[in-house]
Amino acid sequence: MAKGDQNSRGALGAKQLRAAERKEAAMLLALTIPAIIVVALIIIIPVGWLFSLSFLDETGQFSLANYQKMIEYKSYLRVFRTTFNVSFLTTFLCILIGYPLAYFLSQMPRKYVGLFMLTVLLPFWTSLLVRTYAWLVMLQRNGLINNFAIDLGIWDTPIKLAHNLNGTLIGMVHIMLPFLVLPLYAAMQRIDRNTLQAAANLGATPIQTFWQVFVPLSLPGVVAGSLIVFVLCLGFYVTPAVLGGGKVIMVSMQITAILEDQFNWGAASALGVVLLVATFAVLALASRFLKLDSVMFGRH
Amino acid sequence: MSWLTSAASETQITHGDRLWLYCLAGLIMFLLVVPTVIVIPMSFSDSQYLEFPPRDWSLRWYDEYLETPRWIRATITSLKVAFLTMLVATPFGTMAAYGLFVSGSRYGKAIFFLLMTPMIVPVILIAIGTFYVFGKVGIVNSISGLVLAHTVLSVPIVMIIITSALRTYDLNQERVAQSLGSTRIRAFFEITLPQLKFSILTAALLAFLTSFDEVIISIFLSGGGNSTLTKQMFSALRDYIDPTIAAISTLMIVLSTGLMVGLQLIGRKDRRD
Amino acid sequence: MVSDRPASLSISVTELTKSYGNFYALNAVSIDVKAGEFLTLLGPSGSGKTTLLMAIAGFNRPDSGQICFGDSDVTLMPPHQRGVGMVFQNYALFPHMSVFENVAFPLKLRKIATQEKNQKVMDALNTVQLSDFANRRIDQLSGGQRQRVALARAFVFGPTILLMDEPLSALDKKLREEMQIELKQLHRKLGVTTVYVTHDQREALTMSDRIAVINDGEVKQIGTPREIYNRPANSFVASFIGESSFIPLARDAKGGLVYNGVTIADMPSGQSAKAWSLVIRPERLSMVAAKAKIQSSKLYFKGIITELVYQGETALMMMETGDGETLIARMNTRSGDDIDSLAEGQNITLSIDKKDIIIIPGGAT
Repeated sequence: MAKGDQNSRGALGAKQLRAAERKEAAMLLALTIPAIIVVALIIIIPVGWLFSLSFLDETGQFSLANYQKMIEYKSYLRVFRTTFNVSFLTTFLCILIGYPLAYFLSQMPRKYVGLFMLTVLLPFWTSLLVRTYAWLVMLQRNGLINNFAIDLGIWDTPIKLAHNLNGTLIGMVHIMLPFLVLPLYAAMQRIDRNTLQAAANLGATPIQTFWQVFVPLSLPGVVAGSLIVFVLCLGFYVTPAVLGGGKVIMVSMQITAILEDQFNWGAASALGVVLLVATFAVLALASRFLKLDSVMFGRH
Repeated sequence: MSWLTSAASETQITHGDRLWLYCLAGLIMFLLVVPTVIVIPMSFSDSQYLEFPPRDWSLRWYDEYLETPRWIRATITSLKVAFLTMLVATPFGTMAAYGLFVSGSRYGKAIFFLLMTPMIVPVILIAIGTFYVFGKVGIVNSISGLVLAHTVLSVPIVMIIITSALRTYDLNQERVAQSLGSTRIRAFFEITLPQLKFSILTAALLAFLTSFDEVIISIFLSGGGNSTLTKQMFSALRDYIDPTIAAISTLMIVLSTGLMVGLQLIGRKDRRD
Repeated sequence: MVSDRPASLSISVTELTKSYGNFYALNAVSIDVKAGEFLTLLGPSGSGKTTLLMAIAGFNRPDSGQICFGDSDVTLMPPHQRGVGMVFQNYALFPHMSVFENVAFPLKLRKIATQEKNQKVMDALNTVQLSDFANRRIDQLSGGQRQRVALARAFVFGPTILLMDEPLSALDKKLREEMQIELKQLHRKLGVTTVYVTHDQREALTMSDRIAVINDGEVKQIGTPREIYNRPANSFVASFIGESSFIPLARDAKGGLVYNGVTIADMPSGQSAKAWSLVIRPERLSMVAAKAKIQSSKLYFKGIITELVYQGETALMMMETGDGETLIARMNTRSGDDIDSLAEGQNITLSIDKKDIIIIPGGAT
């Protein structure tokens, strides 16, 4: 330590303390390096490479041909339209079905909530493939749903529920529902009960209280959950591939098809970039409503 | 019957008024659970068409599974990959979560978002991206490549679990240990780590299941002799509805549920001590 | 505008019981609140005062008993029909509405015409001095401002009864004391029957027409602030309100109550208690000069100073009498009283006017 670094009483100066603090913070941050390396290797580099690939044509030169094709070819436009339609419909149905469920959960006394939550959380530790398969079996012509409905007289002849849009929607709603219910439930929990009591005290009937106070206050949760579901639907592969019967072609399936049939990396990566940009755009919107960082990040 | 007229909330709305909500919610929860669970009895059906309820019961699809080499090979591959993923992702994720949480540095936020990208980027892109890069490097269809990719998917999950555990943990204990003469590292291993045991176990379990259940990346990165179970199942599903899948699915459900239940039991015993 | 609806209603609570499992939050409580009066429910936390307020508001259903507003029995009436104005402890303002919309809410529900509605809202905001804040959002307001919005919302629709659940507890001391006076003035202006819940005895003494002291789900005493302070009926009220010293009394042959050989009072009639105590308020004690004459109108205590603490406007003195009783006294710190000449361990004599002594059944709690 140089003579000027200590004050007259021999204690460390402010400079030394700050340097020590920075060193400690740096060492702690260094703990994240293994994770960063892995993420860089698997996400940053490959996605970056894809990004650059999308701007190359077959001869390896810079061109926007891949993106032009997307605007021109009808098949691409159909794929985008299908993807957005399926995502919108799934999100809409999830809200319709998920809101009552989340409301019910938020009204349950603490000791029972855990039990009911299991039904929402069960899908998370069951394989996606297993659930999709289950729906495939149930939605067949002579599958469970058709047989059940015919026995009860709800309809007479078997309805084609699998290998089409209906089957895809049913499967996707089932898989996406927990992603809407969980953030929505969390938002509903945060609503101050006293506010509802105040509304009742001021003369609002339970129905008026629900629509004029509870629902508006739960909307941020609805938006957050919907955006998460929407974004997941955009990139979804397995369920539409299995339950769509080849008629429901989403972006992810188109990407795979291009690679399998033509091995055209340019076209496939261009589609991928569009998907990525759409995903980020929707999530940027979501982060306004769902304070992601205060939920997940450290002691701040 | 008196329960129906008792109040469900302070606004004095009765349970009877809410009966429609209870029924609707019950129906939804039923529909959430049924598709997952229905596979189990169906797998014991003797018929090719997987009836419910099964007319004749048999174990033929389980025999089919156990006697087909490619299914068994795929299962072993999946278990290997999942196990290795768990071994890598858990320490990486825990270290990262701890480092970020404690350092409070202004770069922390940026690093956190960087490490969350695997959850944000659509999996299909990760799949084709790594397929391309691995192809160039020559490690496609290898176990290590797959483990690497699955690790990246699991790290965010591990981080979220550990970070939330750290939130309820009193970090002052480490400072006390340091004031009593322990180094920072020792304080972590002897004081903090044991208290995070249950969360680390949960994170490890979820890393395992994430890898085991993963489909899309496995389709692209595993192949031939190194195919995962999920890849084989997917291929089988595309072609025809192979009833063997019902048996495999049941086993997978039993595995996942068994692990989760086991975890809960350990947790309860942990809390009682 | 002449209305044949009374400006305020009386409240009568009869034998109200509310239990949660084996715990009785309210045990056959009966209270009558006169129309237009400001009654405070005062008690420690867990005493049942909030449970009682919530029962009056309709947010819990009692197990047995009756609640009437004026002549109507409202015991089974749901909360949104009771027409009472309520201010919650954490204000419970609607975060998705502006100040104006919050206050207008009850008027909107009652389908009041727009012009009249706007007028009433602005009048209410004027009364609480927030007329410039009409378009602000709730999260832009300070604690004190939110409290006033909650207040305006509670009386804007002209309720006949006003209920307040510790509305000032979240405010800092100075603001709280200002608001106490403002609430009192508001009450005088509106003339509405008000039931106020608090655990702060000074607040209760400042604001109330009458105070009901509550503990363990029962009303321990109800009376004006003076009655409660000067004539506590039992040891709980005596120790909860103000500071007190308790000294057990002996009995003489005729059954009168005796301290140190001096008969203080005859046995109060109609009371079954066997043991009685003397309650001394610390500020009522005076120092006695060494050579002063004994007066028959005073009661004397001789002892040693065990503790002397200077506390600014008063000094706290703890004194142990010859028979081992502890007395707490509050001395003025005027220079004429010469506190500085006193020291711990010194002998001292204190006196109290016999008119200032309080007698209660039982002993200290």
